[in-house]
Parts: sequence; C-alpha cells; structure tokens
Amino acid sequence: MKDFRGETLSWSAEGGVIELVLDRAPCNEIGSTSLTELEKFTAALELLQKDCHALIISSPRAEGFCAGADLRELYHRSQALPPAERVAGVRDFVERIHRVGNTIDAAPLTTIAAVHGVTFGGGFELALLCDLIVADKMARFCFPELRLGLIPSFGGIPRLKRDIGNGVVRDLLLTGRSINASKAQAIGLVSQVTGEGDALRVARTTAAQVAKFDRGATIAAKKFIKPIPYAELKQEVDIFCELFTRPAVEAGLRKFVESTDALPYLP
Amino acid sequence: MPTLQNTTDEVLRLASEHFKVPVEKLGPDDDFFKTLGINSLQALDLLTRIEQHFKIELPDYELQGVSDFRTLAERIQSRL
Repeated sequence: MKDFRGETLSWSAEGGVIELVLDRAPCNEIGSTSLTELEKFTAALELLQKDCHALIISSPRAEGFCAGADLRELYHRSQALPPAERVAGVRDFVERIHRVGNTIDAAPLTTIAAVHGVTFGGGFELALLCDLIVADKMARFCFPELRLGLIPSFGGIPRLKRDIGNGVVRDLLLTGRSINASKAQAIGLVSQVTGEGDALRVARTTAAQVAKFDRGATIAAKKFIKPIPYAELKQEVDIFCELFTRPAVEAGLRKFVESTDALPYLP
Repeated sequence: MPTLQNTTDEVLRLASEHFKVPVEKLGPDDDFFKTLGINSLQALDLLTRIEQHFKIELPDYELQGVSDFRTLAERIQSRL
C-alpha cells in the first residue's frame, strides 16, 4: 500500500521518501488503534522500502510529536480484565509495539524523526528508533515513566543506552526530567536543531541528501553502526510486565486517569 | 549578573511575548497558570523559552509547586 490514511496516522511515498505522519488528538498518544495502524505500516514497509531510500516520521499536531502511550486506554483496558489476565494483556500490547519498533529500527532506509514540542515517553522511544532526530528548537524530551512506578516499555532504555552515555540515561530515567532540543543535541541524541516549525523541512532536505549515496553502502553502514539490542529489549518487556502488577502502578495510573490536567505526570 | 528584578522583568516579557498577553497585565506575584490561562504542557514551552533566553538548564522538578513569576525568577537566578 503506497498511501494510507487511517484514524491516527497516514503514510505516503514519493520521490523515494516515505513520510509517516502521526495525527491523533491531543498529542498522538499511542493506543490500540495507533498500534494496529503502525502494524499496517510496518507490513507495508516491506514493499515500500524497495523503491525508497528514506523514511521521515513527523506530526502536524501543535502540541508536539508524541506524548507516548495512551495511559488512559491502558488503564481502562487493564481494569476491564480479571486481575490474573492483566499482565498477559499488557505484555501482548508491549510485544506488538516492540515488533513494530524493531522493524522500523532495522529498516534498510535512512530513517529520520522530525520532532517538535512534546516528545515524551513512547514518543521519545519512537524517535529513538530512527537513525537521525531532527528537532525543532521548541522540542522537549522526557521519560516520565518512573513517576508512575514503571519503566519505558517501547524499547527506550536499550536504545538510549545504544545512543548516549549511561550517565545521561540514568539522569533522564531516574529524575524523569525533560530536556530541551539544545541539550538533547549536546548529549548526542539530536543530530540537528532547527528553527520553530522547520524540522520537517530540514528532515526532507536531509532525506534528499542521503539519496545521493549508494544504497548498499548506506545499508551496510547502518547495520554496522546501529546494532539492535534484542536481548535487552526483551529484558525491558519482562521488567515492565513485572512492575505493572504492583499496586503502586495501579494507583499511579488511576491518579493519572482521574486528573484533568493536560500532562498530569509532569511536576 | 542581572538582579532578581531584571530577571523577573525578563520572565514577564518572555511570557508576554510567547503567550501574547500584554506585559502590563502580568505582575511578579501572579499565578502564571491562571494569568496566562495555560496548562502544564504550555508551561513547558515557557520553560524552553526561559532556558534558551538565559542559556541555562532548569530541570522541571525544580519548578514543582512554583506558580508565580517571582519564584520562577528566583529559580532562574540561582542558575545564572
């Protein structure tokens, strides 16, 4: 499928560049519909990548690139299940998103996340799948999961460890603080910081640049410099599922769900 | 180094520009969530503006419980 428009995202391929556009109010929270559509995308990617050299992931939403998992849906779906089945339900969701993530991570394309505004939790993890992150100067990155008694579960920790120093990984995870685009560039996470509203244009220019190179060399270089930490990714799923069963997590998620603030897990 | 008064004035100016609220409607002791009509997500934009303008890093947990411009300016001042 060369073009697709779903409820939460769309994609198109033109001139050798695939553009995956996230567009779900308020800030691209990833729930079951998003996951199903992401699965459709990764299934289509097998054919799309034959004629393309780059993938750009972006969003037109004013609030930001992506605020992460749809925790409200996660909580309600979990509560609807008998306690004994809750972990299996959440594991299924997380394992599916890992399969999507691993496919994008390993895609024989140059992948670029063009991010702005809120790039939190699962949204941050989505950006980390990409080879390059181009960030609008107003972008902010954060892993707030520990505030809920959880860890990131979309592959965030192994991929952060792959890309940046462990000291910074600990800072981001253990404090849950958000950092701006300049800081993210200074620690080696972001490759380019752009003016406001300019990240997608810069990502497209970058995609045009990478098209000049021999594709076989690009794929070989990517395999060499971007190994996928499969064992740690699996471990992350196990730890997440283990943590998910604790009453503290249920209480944290309930508090989140009952809050009316835009981003209740922020200080 | 700027005085606390200078910093407070700059914060009021930045907030006024970003959220398009006349600066004369903002006071140091105002609750910025209420005066600017913003939520925590929009407050993050103000934090990014502040970090860029003052060339500082201000972890958001240091702003926990801070809702007035004067205290915000004090937190910034401690990083200058």
